[in-house]
Amino acid sequence: MADFSELVLKNVNEKGEIDTQDLAKLENIDHQKLVGAVKSLQSLGNIIKVDQKQSKRLKLTEEGISVAEKGSHEACVYNSIPAEGIRQADIMKTVPNAKVGFSKAMSAGWIQVDKKAEGGPKVFKKVDSIEDKVEKCMKEIQSLKLDNITDAQIAEFKKRKLISEEKVTSYIVSKGDDFTLNVSKPEVDLTAEMIASGSWKTKTFKPYNFEALGVPPQSGYLHPLLKVRTQFRQIFLEMGFTEMPTNNFIESSFWNFDALFQPQKHPARDAHDTFFVSDPKSASGFPMEYLERVKKVHSEGGYGSQGYKCEWNIEEAEKNILRTHTTAVSARMLYKLAQQKPFKPAKYFAIDRVFRNETLDSTHLAEFHQIEGLVADRNLTLGDLMGTINEFFQKLGMTKLRFKPAYNPYTEPSMEIFSYHEGLQKWVEIGNSGVFRPEMLLPMGLPEDVSVIAWGLSTERPTMIKYKYNNIRDLVGPKVDLQMVYDNPICRLDKH
Amino acid sequence: MPTVGVKRDELFELLGKKYTDEEFDQLCFDFGVELDEITSEKEQIEREQGKEKAVGASDVVEYKIDVPANRYDILCVEGFSRGLLVFLEKLKAPRYKVVEPSGKKHQMTVLPSTEQVRPYVVAAILRDITFTQDRYKSFIDLQDKLHQNLCRRRTLVAIGTHDLDSIKGPFVYDAKSPADIKFRPLNQDKEYTGQGIMELYSKDNHIKHFLPIIENKPVYPVIYDSNNIILSMPPIINGDHTKISVNTKSVIVECTGTDLHKTELTLDTVVCMFSQYCLKPFTVEPVEVIYPDGTKFNYPKLPYRFEEVNVERINKQVGINISAEDMARYLTKMCLQSEVLKDGKNLRVEIPPTRSDILHTCDIMEDVAIGYGFNNIIKTIPDTNCIANQFPLNKLTDLLRQEIAGAGFTEALTFALCSRDDIASKLGKKIEDTGAVHIANPKTLEFQVARTTLLPGVLKTVYNNQNMPLPLKLFEISDVVYQDPAKDVGARNERRLCAIHYNKSSGFEVIHGLLDRVMKLLEIPYDKKDGYYIKACDDSTYFPGRCADIMVRNESVGKLGTLHPDVITKFDLNQPCSALEINIEHFL
Repeated sequence: MADFSELVLKNVNEKGEIDTQDLAKLENIDHQKLVGAVKSLQSLGNIIKVDQKQSKRLKLTEEGISVAEKGSHEACVYNSIPAEGIRQADIMKTVPNAKVGFSKAMSAGWIQVDKKAEGGPKVFKKVDSIEDKVEKCMKEIQSLKLDNITDAQIAEFKKRKLISEEKVTSYIVSKGDDFTLNVSKPEVDLTAEMIASGSWKTKTFKPYNFEALGVPPQSGYLHPLLKVRTQFRQIFLEMGFTEMPTNNFIESSFWNFDALFQPQKHPARDAHDTFFVSDPKSASGFPMEYLERVKKVHSEGGYGSQGYKCEWNIEEAEKNILRTHTTAVSARMLYKLAQQKPFKPAKYFAIDRVFRNETLDSTHLAEFHQIEGLVADRNLTLGDLMGTINEFFQKLGMTKLRFKPAYNPYTEPSMEIFSYHEGLQKWVEIGNSGVFRPEMLLPMGLPEDVSVIAWGLSTERPTMIKYKYNNIRDLVGPKVDLQMVYDNPICRLDKH
Repeated sequence: MPTVGVKRDELFELLGKKYTDEEFDQLCFDFGVELDEITSEKEQIEREQGKEKAVGASDVVEYKIDVPANRYDILCVEGFSRGLLVFLEKLKAPRYKVVEPSGKKHQMTVLPSTEQVRPYVVAAILRDITFTQDRYKSFIDLQDKLHQNLCRRRTLVAIGTHDLDSIKGPFVYDAKSPADIKFRPLNQDKEYTGQGIMELYSKDNHIKHFLPIIENKPVYPVIYDSNNIILSMPPIINGDHTKISVNTKSVIVECTGTDLHKTELTLDTVVCMFSQYCLKPFTVEPVEVIYPDGTKFNYPKLPYRFEEVNVERINKQVGINISAEDMARYLTKMCLQSEVLKDGKNLRVEIPPTRSDILHTCDIMEDVAIGYGFNNIIKTIPDTNCIANQFPLNKLTDLLRQEIAGAGFTEALTFALCSRDDIASKLGKKIEDTGAVHIANPKTLEFQVARTTLLPGVLKTVYNNQNMPLPLKLFEISDVVYQDPAKDVGARNERRLCAIHYNKSSGFEVIHGLLDRVMKLLEIPYDKKDGYYIKACDDSTYFPGRCADIMVRNESVGKLGTLHPDVITKFDLNQPCSALEINIEHFL
């Protein structure tokens, strides 16, 4: 290519202007290669000036080329006739294009037929010699000498499909403003060799296609929901909350319900809400003094409470289940905290799986990730709970909150948390909260003036809202679309 | 959460004010209920049964309101509107009274056999009541809601209501052998025996759910009058003879049950709500219940009790500073009639029979907060100072996740519950050998056990992503669960790392390379004594000769290898796959 570029530049320099078709013919090279050289010179800037020229040209058809080589059909017929003549049928069989050749030779008066000859019509030469003008014309057309060819001949040859017309594009190349003879081939990329040798200084570089996308990096990707989990952990840590050990999916009904002052006849303890464990079926090793206090506050009341005034059976409490909330862990942690004397305030959080034997739909799975935060300190107020929740949701970019009274067996007051969703233009429930009941805390042995304020939400719901998922299965579980995982952005919960 | 349907215009007339939907929504919010839906009877029938059925149905606007599960006093339109009127200070909370009859009091004698099946009965009479079509419907509706809710689908309590004028006391609460019971059940045209009734209703979609409550008992409970007319066979069905209608004037309400407290509570709720329509509103005529040992109880109890609360303490708990008078006013708005004691520092709060949800002064504190308005409370930040700590296992997990993704593996998030086959037969193992925790009541096969390995979930993720370009390199760090007798619940979690490489070739060396990388991250050198190495082993999940134990300080922490073709096939996959799974708790 470089050679052709040089050739073009040299000729332009010498002649001032060249026609690429002429130059190709002159140098006997493929015109397309010259065109390539011209285009590549053009891409370097104003080195050359190029004008396009369209012209028409006569060209032999395949049949025409064959005539140029072997003579016209009529000449072939004439030449195949021996002095003693030949049967017309034989000529037709042996000579290519004999039908056309025969009629042309007849009309030119080169041959004659004896129709009454023995064994069928016989053909004889009528003249001693012929001049094959057609062949001569073809040869001339082939070498682009059209001077001796009349328009009538051209029309006839076209009719006989010996020639056709083609469009020819050629480029008229002249000097551009920045004309130079010294163009080097543009480099595709900077190489170590160029840096070492310093050759990059004199080289030109092929322009980069900034419209194309880059090559994707080789990488693994983190799961979107777990990226959200990381951010929630971060928020709790920023707020000074300590992470609870929640790596125990199997829990006893005692810690999951009874310790939370959830009555034994509560619907949440039904088989159609909770997964019960058949093996290992029951738990043991409860702190028995505490268990007795729990039993008493349920069945008889105490600590200023009426209690539920119904039977309390240890068999119910022993039943193993898949925990329905991480609050079971909170109960264990608060019990542990209560055993430490003197009392020390605590701030705990957890983000982990919980299980519900619920009817599944596009927003509910049998397991989901619960987020929970709690503060245990003396004399905490409902205002403290609302203030803490407010700070927490501020970090999620939710600034417009309101609280609705609600019911929950183990918190009083209980509040549902709503946030105004600008996109949906409505209040959306985003979590639950409350102050743990004295019936839960006092049997544990916590001092009377200690309050525990808590709130909770799921990881899935805010993630679905944030990333606009309609079906939770697109997000969690084996049906997740990995392309979605690959394409998921970094998680900044406060950025909308 | 139970839902109450209220006709909008009737409610507004009762409240004496027309609200916009937004205003009413806000009122509900402040009162602690939720305006769930604005609809009409017509709309509901259209949605549930189709357009044809809805022709001629009422298109009066109806509000559907979600109420908290412990507020039985606002479960019907009567109670709901009463509660709102008191909340808006347009009505003084009524005083519910037991008024002895001028003549002889009705009695209900309990026979000892009831002890075997359903030991408690309570009853009361609504005298000179005026029903209308709507009131009658609401009366039936409330019983349905209570049955579902407080009565725990009739297991704890069942309610029966009867036309008192059709029967003659005294009444007997008995339990008889099913063959000895014979009566015409509600809306049936002939008599059935106890067994016959059970058979009759075994096909009834509504009632069949209650049959198991007594089905296997030797005796079934029945209530009959002095002429042996059967009022009901609780908790299944009432008799047809005593059925009430819009024209009924006197109603005897009986509740039978296994939980005395809830039985009393149910009766109190029904009579408090509907005594409104008695000639002397909010009065109830008592029934005397006589137990076999001769003890007598007068029902309904309609207990009013008093709690004394300290104003300053409640102010501190809520985080507000209001006067004793204001606090008393807010409580009164919540149907808790309150007065300031002479010292000016304490309140005497009266808990009416309708507010059984008030168990403790903390419940009173909540009502102060609701009366004041949650959203009027100033938000404060407690000065509780704590140093935060991460749970070390979660810290390690999060650090490793980042690095493994950096090493080119993509994170999966799969379910902790799965089928027995997933962790056993599909992996070439026996379920008995897995040590898995089994679930007693799975609704589908997907929730039979807690997983003992992460591998099945990751392989299912591959199955669902077979359209993605190969290789697929996935990982998950999460918990599996094992039985462990040393734990109080007999089981423990274990934090695992699982990674797979799925491609046209097995890529054992890729998984092996990941192991080397993880060990480097955990600062464990390649060393047979003090570090890690891998040692050939046999495992039916893996291809023979292509499986190794991962040994760390001479203890196996997991395995890696090329999966057995049977495993690949059983997960409906078709390319070779190498995997590793290790317990990361060793590296804490």
